[in-house]
Amino acid sequence: MAEGVLEIDRVSKRYGNVQALHQMTFEVHAGELFGFVGSNGAGKTTTMRIALGVLAADAGEVRFDGRPVDLATRRRIGYMPEERGLYPKMKVREQLVYLAQLHGMSAGDARQATDGWVDRLGLTARRDDEVQKLSLGNQQRVQLIAALVHNPAVLVLDEPFSGLDPVAVDVMSEVLREQADRGVPVVFSSHQLELVERLCDRVGIVRSGQMVASGGVAELRESGPVRLVVDTPESDGDWATGLTGVRVVAVDGGRVTVELGEGGDDQQVLAAALKSGPVREFTRLRPTLTELFRNVVTEQGAS
Amino acid sequence: MTTSRVIGLVAGREFTTRLRSKSFVISTVLILAVLAAYVVLFTFIGKQSAAKIGLTGQATAMSQPLSAAAAKLGRQVQISTVDNEDDGVQQVRAGKLDVLVEGPLGAPTAVVKSTLDPVFQNVIEQLVRAQAIQAVLAQAQLPPTALNAAQSATVKVSALEPPDPEQGQRIALSLVTGVVLVFSIMAFGTAVAQGVVEEKSSRVVEILLATIRPWQLLAGKIIGIGVVGLIQVAVIAAAGLTLANTTGVFTLPTVAFGTILGALGWYILGFFLYAALLAAAGSLVSRQEELQSAITPISILPTIAFVVGVNLLIPNPTNTISTVLSLFPLFTPTLMPARIALGVAPAWQVVLAVVLMIAAILVVTWLAARIYRNAVLQTGARVRVLDALRAS
Repeated sequence: MAEGVLEIDRVSKRYGNVQALHQMTFEVHAGELFGFVGSNGAGKTTTMRIALGVLAADAGEVRFDGRPVDLATRRRIGYMPEERGLYPKMKVREQLVYLAQLHGMSAGDARQATDGWVDRLGLTARRDDEVQKLSLGNQQRVQLIAALVHNPAVLVLDEPFSGLDPVAVDVMSEVLREQADRGVPVVFSSHQLELVERLCDRVGIVRSGQMVASGGVAELRESGPVRLVVDTPESDGDWATGLTGVRVVAVDGGRVTVELGEGGDDQQVLAAALKSGPVREFTRLRPTLTELFRNVVTEQGAS
Repeated sequence: MTTSRVIGLVAGREFTTRLRSKSFVISTVLILAVLAAYVVLFTFIGKQSAAKIGLTGQATAMSQPLSAAAAKLGRQVQISTVDNEDDGVQQVRAGKLDVLVEGPLGAPTAVVKSTLDPVFQNVIEQLVRAQAIQAVLAQAQLPPTALNAAQSATVKVSALEPPDPEQGQRIALSLVTGVVLVFSIMAFGTAVAQGVVEEKSSRVVEILLATIRPWQLLAGKIIGIGVVGLIQVAVIAAAGLTLANTTGVFTLPTVAFGTILGALGWYILGFFLYAALLAAAGSLVSRQEELQSAITPISILPTIAFVVGVNLLIPNPTNTISTVLSLFPLFTPTLMPARIALGVAPAWQVVLAVVLMIAAILVVTWLAARIYRNAVLQTGARVRVLDALRAS
């Protein structure tokens, strides 16, 4: 496969009677920010843990650069687990240098990289403090550096934005974008859908251990049945009923939302609307990621 | 990256972190203090204080024969003459004298605070009797030399098992070695378990295991902490030897040296065995508060072995139970060194014990690595040992 692509290929995992992952499949391309969304317990963390080899999959494969991910590849992955973890009594700099070395860096490179990142994230004054003495926000910064310090070829971040203040969210977004621009495939999970929508090139929505929708954010918003909003202030909205292939979703005074089904035609809708009086607005409604997410999750839940 | 580099990095972190920790410095100083106190105490107990005997009136004539008789019995006495009885009684009451002997030579009175040491009672009685017999002999007009000849008659003792004059020292040596070993193995073994739980409770283990293998992390941790422990044991051993040599408590330099060098070896074997077990136990729990209950079944073993061993070994060093127990790997590190120090362990038993221990270390480490690998990422409720062994 293509270079620099992280592929999750039909990965399954069962915990006792619970099928945590069922043929989970997606790929993250080089230089791409991939947002991984889904309800709690949908299987995001399990997928990431399997990608990092912290958990073993029952079936399926994780590949990078076309080759199955092994320990040597994993050393090149930057990982931020959902449960944040650092040695509480170790000093910031010492800890980061140690982690960088465990990822295969020489002592000198590790120190240099650590100092660079510590400086970049404004922790230079605290670098000789124990991690447990830092504020939560600063601990998160150290955690981010821990994922980045060894100059990773892949970034896998589980809920990197949770618990961050707005300034830290900006710093995190900037750093992730920058890493992607460097050609690194970046995958992160988040519940902050507006953020994902704004930041990500592509999004994957998981439900019950399966990828139910994935693609570019714009592409996803275009997908699904076409919905139109037509504002005809001088009518009561009755004009829409009975049109071929058109289902009325909502009527709010003269403001009508319709969904086009089979045989439905937007021009026909417009013509019908004009017949009822002046049309002030005629818009294609694109769902936000949040709506999309809600639709996908409930739709599947109902079926 | 090579395995040895990974293990070296992990061990290096453990080593520097522990060596700099306050608990290491404090515990080392504390043990040295206890050791010094022990040696000092031993020095004092070894020298019994001299009994202070005051003589007054006619009894002053006893001075010479009394000190001669006491010397023969191996007791030190400090004999003084007191001006008068009242003064002497006063001194006994004040504790300046242990005994005041006064009155006629034939029927003296010994004034004591509460009781008279039976040895001195015997000595004084003999002197009085000899005096009386001499008087009788004089009346019978027999020469006093006849009495002396009669009194010098002795019994010859033929010992079938001559006592080892160094037995006391050997016991002391084996006790100290045993205490230091029990303490060190448990202290550093527990440190390994605490380290495992620290990584688990702080969740840093997930980052680590995304980069290195569980057994590499475990091996590095055990080696790093083990070396710190070895340094402490070596410091204690060196200090012990120096103290023993300078205070002259031990007259057995070769035995002491051999035992202490051996102790380092036993520490290494014992530590590896217990550290692996304790690490596995530690990996089952997620919080430091739960650790104690998880490791107690293991950590109590060396102490049991030591207490049982001491109670059986000191009265009868060659008993079968301690011989058998000392070959059981979990008990070997505390019992075998004690038996060696007592000079009752034949070479084949020592070799067998070492072989059994190495075998046990291999088996236990394999099992422990399996438990650790399966349990270390399971946070929350305590993991059951069987589940950890079964899961793949």
